[in-house]
Amino acid sequence: MTRHLYAFVAGGLFGLGLLISGMTDTTKVQGWLDVFGNWDPTLAFVMGGAILPMAVAWRMTSGRKPLLGGSFPAKPAPKLGRELIIGSVLFGMGWGLAGLCPGPAMAALSFGGWPVWVFFVAMVTGMFVAPQLRSALDRLVPAE
Amino acid sequence: MQPDWIYGLIGGFIIGLGGAVYLLANGRIMGASGILGGLVDGSGHDTGRERLAFLAGLILLPLLAAALLRDVQTHATENIVVLIAAGLLVGIGTRIANGCTSGHGVCGISRLSLRGIVATVFYILAGGLSVVVFRHLLGVI
Repeated sequence: MTRHLYAFVAGGLFGLGLLISGMTDTTKVQGWLDVFGNWDPTLAFVMGGAILPMAVAWRMTSGRKPLLGGSFPAKPAPKLGRELIIGSVLFGMGWGLAGLCPGPAMAALSFGGWPVWVFFVAMVTGMFVAPQLRSALDRLVPAE
Repeated sequence: MQPDWIYGLIGGFIIGLGGAVYLLANGRIMGASGILGGLVDGSGHDTGRERLAFLAGLILLPLLAAALLRDVQTHATENIVVLIAAGLLVGIGTRIANGCTSGHGVCGISRLSLRGIVATVFYILAGGLSVVVFRHLLGVI
């Protein structure tokens, strides 16, 4: 129960922060990506503002255990597979196209109207087929 | 002129606090695509209720805040083809790359993870290119 309460609070803070920062507004996201248009610097401040407390949190993990037990996630090996690159490029294309990424899309579900729902359903569909596409990629171009 | 960067900084800080709570209390990385994706493809079945609780907060708090705070607009395109294509690309891309703006961006960069930094560089470059192509060259967004 406590786990779920903390998870709810974390999700709530995430959603609140996305709303206050303006990241649920697609024009601000696309405005930041649009370096040849009327450039909007807001997203850089959001990233900076979020990285600050997270960097402190990561420092606090050393030599400790999570409050609710278990262990902290190990730092992944610095291995840059093609999946990281291909996936990030596909994600970035969609992000620029609609100005939405997974967090803000969910945070905006209650007030964003039908376009956000269409995007959300398509995103969930993409997540559902992604494992098959990943193995198809492995069959087509076997990793070394 | 409203100082949007101040809202950005404050909102960003609250996002980071959410990530800090999820890390220090639950011992998990706050990645929106991973939390949702694990529910969608079944890979996160064991931690399903924790994921649902996170998503409930993510959806419900903005619902309450949007009613109380300033005027909120999403300004999403009403071009249904663009919405579906973008949603598919985001869903497939984030799961293949194993992370999005929150997981690779916020949580990865803050621990100086090479994977997080490289992923962020690539999705920002692709996002910028996407806006250039679809807005300035093709004029569809």
